[in-house]
Amino acid sequence: MGFEKFGRKSFTGMTKTAKFVDLLQEGKVEGTVCKQCGAKYFPPRADCAACLSKEMDWFEVPKKGKVETFTTAYYAPFGFEKDCPYTMGVVDFGDGTKLFARIAAKPEEVQVGMDVTVRTITYEDGQVSFEMAKA
Amino acid sequence: MEKDVAVIGVGQTYFVRGYEGSIRELAFEAFREAVQDAGITSKDIDASVFCSAPEYDKQRSPAGVLAEYLGLIPQPTFYIETVCSSSSSGVKVAYSMIKAGLHDMVVVLGFQKMSEITSAESQERMGRGADIQWEAPFGTMMPAYYAMYAQAYMAKNGLTHDDMRDVRLKSASYGTVNERAVYRKGVKAEDFDPKNPDAKMAGAVAWPIRVGDACANADGASCIILANKEKAKAFSKKPIWIMGIGAASEAVNMAARPDFSKGLSVGYKAADQAYKMAGITAKDVKVAEVHDCFTIAELMAYEGLGFAPMGEGKQLIREKATYKEGRIPVNVDGGLLSKGHPIGATGGSQIRTIVLQLRGEAGPMQVPGDPDIGLVHNVGGVGLYGNVTIFGR
Ligand SMILES: [Zn+2]
Repeated sequence: MGFEKFGRKSFTGMTKTAKFVDLLQEGKVEGTVCKQCGAKYFPPRADCAACLSKEMDWFEVPKKGKVETFTTAYYAPFGFEKDCPYTMGVVDFGDGTKLFARIAAKPEEVQVGMDVTVRTITYEDGQVSFEMAKA
Repeated sequence: MEKDVAVIGVGQTYFVRGYEGSIRELAFEAFREAVQDAGITSKDIDASVFCSAPEYDKQRSPAGVLAEYLGLIPQPTFYIETVCSSSSSGVKVAYSMIKAGLHDMVVVLGFQKMSEITSAESQERMGRGADIQWEAPFGTMMPAYYAMYAQAYMAKNGLTHDDMRDVRLKSASYGTVNERAVYRKGVKAEDFDPKNPDAKMAGAVAWPIRVGDACANADGASCIILANKEKAKAFSKKPIWIMGIGAASEAVNMAARPDFSKGLSVGYKAADQAYKMAGITAKDVKVAEVHDCFTIAELMAYEGLGFAPMGEGKQLIREKATYKEGRIPVNVDGGLLSKGHPIGATGGSQIRTIVLQLRGEAGPMQVPGDPDIGLVHNVGGVGLYGNVTIFGR
């Protein structure tokens, strides 16, 4: 329970990684790291694909990275229309971790290679998420 | 090359918007054509594989229903799904069934009736072919994903909007001569010009992807009949042999993807396997069908298949090397962009085009020079799945 609060609109109710939402509410964006083999995952996973361990810890993702690529949606699926246009992209932290999220900036301000920070966001309807902003 | 498994019959419906019939009737049209093309009867077929993307189907578990309608019971039948690459995955499975000696002749039928849901619903469902837990909550959809690849190519490889436009112009020039294509109108450069108030292709969908960079939804079915060596030689005057098959998968989440400016990993990984199995290189391919769901996807495929070095796919379209008369003709049936993309039917339709090319029966789309080796590149999702299949005479 709890995962329906993730993002603008969630398509998943139950997951063992629902603590991710609690962490977002505390202002933290965290992935999981395997206690047995040290494999790091973002988005977080409850289970390790590398060694099949189910013992995972949480770790905070780096705060600063660079935009690897992005797009601006001028046409949206059901439930997202009123947000248009909105920009989404991939940030590369340079340590093997990447993250996909919306970018809080005007489309014309965003560029590949741009420095960004990652932060949590609470929408007016109580949904919680994370986004990138210009560093 | 080992001549073990051949395509002996191909069929395809017209790709249309709003097919006036059920999926059974749609499947029947492609099946009938393939059976007649092969010169066999339904009784000669000893197993069937059906392929579609199930989110468009109202019928649950369609294989049994369709097998009955096509007169293929009590032979075994089942269903294969890898979204947009479902029917080339079906061909890989059927190849394996024959190669294993379990069956002599297997039919692969791909179908999709996309028109039962609206375009917006269709976009949303296609978005859910990606990561619904971690990405769909941001408002993703298919064009947005491919747009991120296009953006990386523009930033790092010098790709321009005009290059993407030129892929569409090529595709449209062949769509006009393919009577089975859904989009048969010509497209001109000014249709992409944002300064032209009537530019129907210029509107932003998911920047940098514009309306004209995206393929058309369509209803359609395709049918491929595969046979072992003995049956192929007994029934077919022009069997087209499967020389190589490669298939790969990739992480669904964009955060787990390798460098976006190198294209879809499933493309180059599947290609490497297929070339190795066939014992050929990219230079030996005389005609290709690649998965151009968006213009950027065709440009990425040029590189993944080795037709151009990494980052240099744009040169092929600039030099018109992928036109019918060029060094390596690609998508001379209009591709997904103009022929249309009825998800489950697409791979089979691409295979049909290559089979007709190698037989010299492609009519106004025939590539000159009597091509003897052809390649099909079919991608599922945003490079979630990829199949490369090589055919020879
Ligand atoms: Zn582990």
